[in-house]
Amino acid sequence: MLEAPSAWDRVLRARNAARPHALDYIGDMIDGFVELHGDRHFGDDHALVGGIGGFRGRSVIVIGHQKGGNTRENLERNFGMPRPEGYRKALRLMRQAEKFDMPVISLVDTPAADPGLGSEERGQSVAIAENLLAMASLRVPTVAIVIGEGGSGGALAISVADRLLMLENAIYAVASPEACATILWRDVARAPEAAAALRLTAADLFEFGIVDEVIPEPVSADQEPGPVMRRVADALERHLAELEVGQHRDGVDALLARRYAKYRRIGRWQEVLPAGIAANGAELLAPE
Amino acid sequence: MRELFRRQPRFTAEPQSQDSPAVPDDLWIKCPRCGELVYTREFERVHRVCPRCNYHGRLTARERLNLLTDPDSFVEWDGDLEAADPLAFVADGESYRDKICAVTRKSGAREALVTGSAAIGGHPVALAVAEFGFLGASMGSVFGEKLVRAIERAVDHGWALVTVSSAGGARMHEGPFSLLQMAKTTAALARLAEAGLAHLAVVADPCYGGVTASYVTVADVILAEPGAMIGFAGPRVIEQITRQKLPEGFQTAEFLLAHGMIDLIVPRRGLSGQLATLLGHYAAAPVRVAAAVVRETSGA
Repeated sequence: MLEAPSAWDRVLRARNAARPHALDYIGDMIDGFVELHGDRHFGDDHALVGGIGGFRGRSVIVIGHQKGGNTRENLERNFGMPRPEGYRKALRLMRQAEKFDMPVISLVDTPAADPGLGSEERGQSVAIAENLLAMASLRVPTVAIVIGEGGSGGALAISVADRLLMLENAIYAVASPEACATILWRDVARAPEAAAALRLTAADLFEFGIVDEVIPEPVSADQEPGPVMRRVADALERHLAELEVGQHRDGVDALLARRYAKYRRIGRWQEVLPAGIAANGAELLAPE
Repeated sequence: MRELFRRQPRFTAEPQSQDSPAVPDDLWIKCPRCGELVYTREFERVHRVCPRCNYHGRLTARERLNLLTDPDSFVEWDGDLEAADPLAFVADGESYRDKICAVTRKSGAREALVTGSAAIGGHPVALAVAEFGFLGASMGSVFGEKLVRAIERAVDHGWALVTVSSAGGARMHEGPFSLLQMAKTTAALARLAEAGLAHLAVVADPCYGGVTASYVTVADVILAEPGAMIGFAGPRVIEQITRQKLPEGFQTAEFLLAHGMIDLIVPRRGLSGQLATLLGHYAAAPVRVAAAVVRETSGA
């Protein structure tokens, strides 16, 4: 019998350099893709790619984190960690999607937003926050797919979408297991333990109602990318078509109301009432 | 003036040693930055600002409320919300639930954010103040839910929103729920913006991670206290990963002001007045005046 993969196994698979990255998916499913460059403020970030192309008969804007397949590529791609200009390029393209009424497809695969000196100087925080704000009310259908690593705010900055999908071997976490282990135990070697505690697998996120669909990988994408990429395209088509029908029938304000409701309900808490008050507000009889 | 800032008794954590002889340790306080010895009562009177080097010490949420709001104007919302334990998180044999209980006992606070309605210089506001003493004011589900409810009430009433943030980022113990609070709070702010209502964000030392990268930095005005450390990644993380030597004053409020990331640096004693002035200007802006007329004529 094969044992079910642990959370740490999923982390390692999600990070496997042999997995297809954003440009592989784009090459596979987008017709006539034209990569568009630059944030018009400072530079062009190679850790976040974006552009325009055709997807099953409609024009779309695609944005995605781009990791490298080897060390040389990873240095060029900053290991898939966007700087503020990457997020600002994504925002520019999303605004363009809105202008021309095109859906946005977002491919999520980053360990984190870049934590460098220059990124701080150029406003990494506000670049991420402005994307969260813009995506909350972008007036076109949006679908995000976590294809590898969904690392914290750096991933969230392009994944506040109408639908959030995840590959079976992808992860989506508030912090990397290494960072979590360092914060909690000051011991990076305990990352596997942190990975389990953080509940970062696709199955966890689906159970929590944060992810709308888990796309299975009968054979892991690093071993056989083709079938997984086709499943991603099919799922994407299904969700986009649903959103487009909904938008056509109910209007774009209804689309936005549903998106707000989706994020509004995320969270778990308890309301502790003062002693002697029942949950329905009725006063309980004092115990003898 | 002192009367305006008087402590409201129910918010004050009285020293334990009220009737025991004065302990010399409590009488003087050493400034953590310049080392100056300051008479504790004087330090408290000036809201924990060092008279020599202008170091701004940390305040509790209650002290912050007393400092900023008009006397007796604050009415708390949702004080009964408590953290659940959706991940069944255990670290070193201590469950998240036990951790919350321990922190509540130690800090006297129930969660990392206090929200409510208040007046600042006579202007009604929805107010949200972070409690750094509660797990570093990390943002989890309760933090996000309380903030969103406060924003929604601000929209309903046509009030501005004032946030006071000092936080370490997202709360690890609630995993993805914490991460998604960044999206949830920011989405609510989009509605505040649509309603033409202002968000004024006060940032106090320290403020990092998921809090600076969500609701704080999209405010209409960002005010920071002098010397406050503000950033996305912490300085140690940056040094470790990039092996770069960080420049003098990196990530201080002054550094952010010079890089165009914040609007104002305001010393603690001037915060309330500065907020009141700004609130007055935004309340008198045409979009707000028109919205108020609509609300009144529709009987809302």
